[in-house]
Amino acid sequence: MPLNDEVELLRKVLLFSGIEPAKLKLLAFTSERVNFAKGQNLMRQGEMGNAAYLILSGEADVLADAGGGPVKVASVGRNGFVGEMAILRDQPRTATVVAATEVSTLKITKESFLQLIQDSPKIAIELTRILAQRLETTTIDLTSAREKLRAAGIE
Amino acid sequence: MNVTEQLKSFYYDKIILLLKSSHHAMDPSIFKYIWRYSRQSQLVVLALVLGSLPFYFLMLDLPRAIVNGPIQGKGFETSDATATFLSFSFAMPGFLQSLFGTAKSTIFEGFELAREPYLLALSCSLLLLVAVNGIFKLQINTLKGRMGERVLRRLRYQLFDRILRFPTAHVRKVRQAEVASMIKDEVEPLGGFIGDAFVQPAFLGGQAITALLFIMIQSFWLGLVAGAVVLAQAFIIPKLRRRILELGRQRQLVARHLAGRVGEVVEGALEIHAHDTSHYERAEITGRLGQIFRLRFEIYRRKFQVKFLNNTLAQVTPFIFYSVGGYFAIRGRMDIGQLVAALVAYKELPSPVKELIDWDQQRLDVQIKYESIITQFNPDGMIAPELQDPDADDDAPLTGMLNASRITLEDDAGVKLLDGVSFTFDVRSHVAITGPVGGGQDYLGLVLARLIFPNSGKLSIGGRDTALLPEAVTGRRISYAGSDSILFPRSVRENMLYGLMHRPLTPPVIIEEDPRQEAMERSEIRRSGNSRFDLRADWIDYAAAGAQGPYDIDNQIAAALDAVMMEEDVYQLGLRGCINPEDHPSLAENILQARKALLEMLRDPEYAALVAPFDPERYNHNATLSENLLFGTAVGTAFSTVNLIGNTYFQWVLEESGLTPELLRMGFAIAETMVELFADIAPGHPFFDQFSFIASDDLPDYQEIVHRAGRIALEQLPESDQRRLAALTLDYVEARHRLGLIDAALEQRVLTARRLFASRLPVTYRGAIEVYDPERYNSAATLLDNILFGRVVYGLAEAQSRIGVLIGEVVGQLNLRWEIFKIGLNFNVGGRGRFLSTIQRQKLALAKAILKRPDLLVVNDAISLLDVRSQQQILHNIKTYCDGRGVIWIGGQPNLGRNFDQVLVIEDGKIAEQGEFEQLSLNGKYLPQLLAVG
Repeated sequence: MPLNDEVELLRKVLLFSGIEPAKLKLLAFTSERVNFAKGQNLMRQGEMGNAAYLILSGEADVLADAGGGPVKVASVGRNGFVGEMAILRDQPRTATVVAATEVSTLKITKESFLQLIQDSPKIAIELTRILAQRLETTTIDLTSAREKLRAAGIE
Repeated sequence: MNVTEQLKSFYYDKIILLLKSSHHAMDPSIFKYIWRYSRQSQLVVLALVLGSLPFYFLMLDLPRAIVNGPIQGKGFETSDATATFLSFSFAMPGFLQSLFGTAKSTIFEGFELAREPYLLALSCSLLLLVAVNGIFKLQINTLKGRMGERVLRRLRYQLFDRILRFPTAHVRKVRQAEVASMIKDEVEPLGGFIGDAFVQPAFLGGQAITALLFIMIQSFWLGLVAGAVVLAQAFIIPKLRRRILELGRQRQLVARHLAGRVGEVVEGALEIHAHDTSHYERAEITGRLGQIFRLRFEIYRRKFQVKFLNNTLAQVTPFIFYSVGGYFAIRGRMDIGQLVAALVAYKELPSPVKELIDWDQQRLDVQIKYESIITQFNPDGMIAPELQDPDADDDAPLTGMLNASRITLEDDAGVKLLDGVSFTFDVRSHVAITGPVGGGQDYLGLVLARLIFPNSGKLSIGGRDTALLPEAVTGRRISYAGSDSILFPRSVRENMLYGLMHRPLTPPVIIEEDPRQEAMERSEIRRSGNSRFDLRADWIDYAAAGAQGPYDIDNQIAAALDAVMMEEDVYQLGLRGCINPEDHPSLAENILQARKALLEMLRDPEYAALVAPFDPERYNHNATLSENLLFGTAVGTAFSTVNLIGNTYFQWVLEESGLTPELLRMGFAIAETMVELFADIAPGHPFFDQFSFIASDDLPDYQEIVHRAGRIALEQLPESDQRRLAALTLDYVEARHRLGLIDAALEQRVLTARRLFASRLPVTYRGAIEVYDPERYNSAATLLDNILFGRVVYGLAEAQSRIGVLIGEVVGQLNLRWEIFKIGLNFNVGGRGRFLSTIQRQKLALAKAILKRPDLLVVNDAISLLDVRSQQQILHNIKTYCDGRGVIWIGGQPNLGRNFDQVLVIEDGKIAEQGEFEQLSLNGKYLPQLLAVG
């Protein structure tokens, strides 16, 4: 897939939607195309990582292991963006991502991503919005989980 | 021996060492120094100088004889008169007169010559005397030069020797650039002066006195005048020059600081960029340059003032000579011959006097330089030369108890880094020393390895005071690896062997030896007091590493590298190394076998997609355009990436295969994209290095070119623009850069060009390219590329590591790992090991320390950069490797102390507790705390 097509795909990702094409082109150019066969890991929980992946095609499963073996927590497809937490703060991967089909990705390194944020404050705002949204979802989930626990008389 | 006796003998030994070392201090005066080391040669030259003076006098006297005799006709009043030439006679001393009955002894009667032949004879004699004086000068200068070079060589060697004896604390303080420049540049002028130190005043003074004496003989008054002017010059001028010298000394200091500062800036470049302080540094240097300017200009001004005065004085004398001398001649109190001779002699006078004054200035200058240098090389606590006696190793292993008693170490400010530390353990036991950061355990490590001497207290091993142990014992029987161990820019193997090179063990094998040259070298080494050891000898102490000789030392190196988990790294370095197949014919052959075996494996559909092999009939999308065109690796400069586009043969090939316009268009597309993408990126951003086809400095040029190309057809651009655009295409890899520039038609053209390039390659370029040939070893490519014979494809997850596994299998099947590992040992690690990762550097330094199998190994926070699991593994390996020999492990990871015989906890420079790990971790006071934190 030539660079210009990748830029088109990037524009469809919510996070990058408001960014000028030239910047996205730089992001695409400084990023590597990586294809995964079915069953290959994009990342492993607990490992250090310095890249995020934009899924260009295919499906991947997100697996988390809280001690009782890996549990599938989500599934990501085309335009999905995984592994961004590791490049925002240096911490081990919080989940394993495994290719459910053949998966084609754009591997975005920490350096290119930070360069993008530096160039476009817009993306920083967008990123904050997405993170806030995630926090909200997590809080709602947590509250409902607590409700359930209370109802079950555990807490 | 009771305690007081022990103490007495301890201090007695120390005092003896001090006394011994004191007479090795350098002479404070450069004259004393020069005299000490070149007395004999100086005397020889002085004798020559003395011998030359009579001839000089004769040379001055001859003009008088010529003018008065044959020219003016004195003694030739009659036409047949003759003069006696070359008659040698001298007056007999009184007691001999009675013996021989004559007052005059004539050695040679001489020839009787007429007026013209006599003139000719006298003139020829003058010529002869000039030659004789010239030969004297030549001899004197040659001897002087050799003498000077010898003493300079000795001085440089001694300064270097002193660096090797600096106490560790001082070494850390000195600025490397300054010390290096002192040995290299600042002693240079001393070398020129050494030959002149004694000879020049004798030679010039002798000449000046002879000339003055001669003038006085001709006319007492003229002589007096000349003498007075010379004295005035000799007294006033140097006084004026004192100030210039003082300024010169200041200039030297300021310049040295400048050099040091520049060194700091280079070293701290990262820091400067990180904090945007480049302007501060510019201002700093500007200030220093200003200082130098002021000093230099002041020196310049004063110099020419002195010169003016000097010249004026020198010109006043001829005035007196002509007026007063002329008057005397007219009055007949002096004959013309005398006047001419006095004038000639006077003309000779200024140059010796001037040179003498110069010498005097140089003397002061050099003395100041010398003093300022030697004070830098005379720190307190220099290691006594006796401690570095190469033969002081008594072959007795360190055994018994290691006993530290009340060791106290202070820094320059008197802060106690170690405060009365006492402990005892068997030197063969394995001991861990730990404690909070800054507790002082790292200093204890340096003391234990005898790298720094404590201010007070005593460290003994088996009853021997380590302060008195020669380095031949401590440096061979104790080994030290610290966190900042330095690697030299040599191969991995040479770095490993560095710890075994204490002194030459077998004499050098010299092929085609020139015995005369050799003897001269030896004699010069002796005369300048340099090292008697031959660098070409085999210095490696194979036995210490448990090897028999050069042929099996690699096994021991491998074992040591294995213990620090670096064997794999070196193997990988080997894979990325190049070999000359003529030097390693069997390896090259085996690599070709490996290529075939890998090819076989790649037939498996699971792996087939991982490698894009080099196929003469196919365009390789994972290789650069230039690789696809050349279908080989460039050797030398003719076809290197930088020169390729300008190469006329290459241009012809492009033209013939119709690629010239294609590359131009491609180049323009790349330039356009790069200009667009990188326009806003700050110059020097790492992106330029990693991704851009255009360096940040060149970007504005290409912006212009792209701009120009927007208005006219590409073919109409200037030749140079076209070339610069085409050059961009050479590194283009379709699979990596994904600009969609290579289509099927272009591929066909490239393949045509590839064939054309190979078939018409001129003979002169045959050696400039190693063609990809499935059946041949490519000496310009790495071992890995030779096995792979293709490119790992871009864009497949884990392709590199999966290929790595396959290659590992192939290498294993063919038993090539050992050979490749040995190629890895040849890898040059670069200055301070910069071609290795920081972790590899630490591992290599530790491996170097264990290779010599020390009786006591001190590991001082030496692998701190590794993760805990690797540290544990290496620790385990080292303990096994050093079984039966002592290991002291110092580090901030207290739980690593688990497997040691003893644990020492250091806090605030004091021993907090000592004991077995199990016991301390349960009942101790400090260790449990440390364990809880760490």
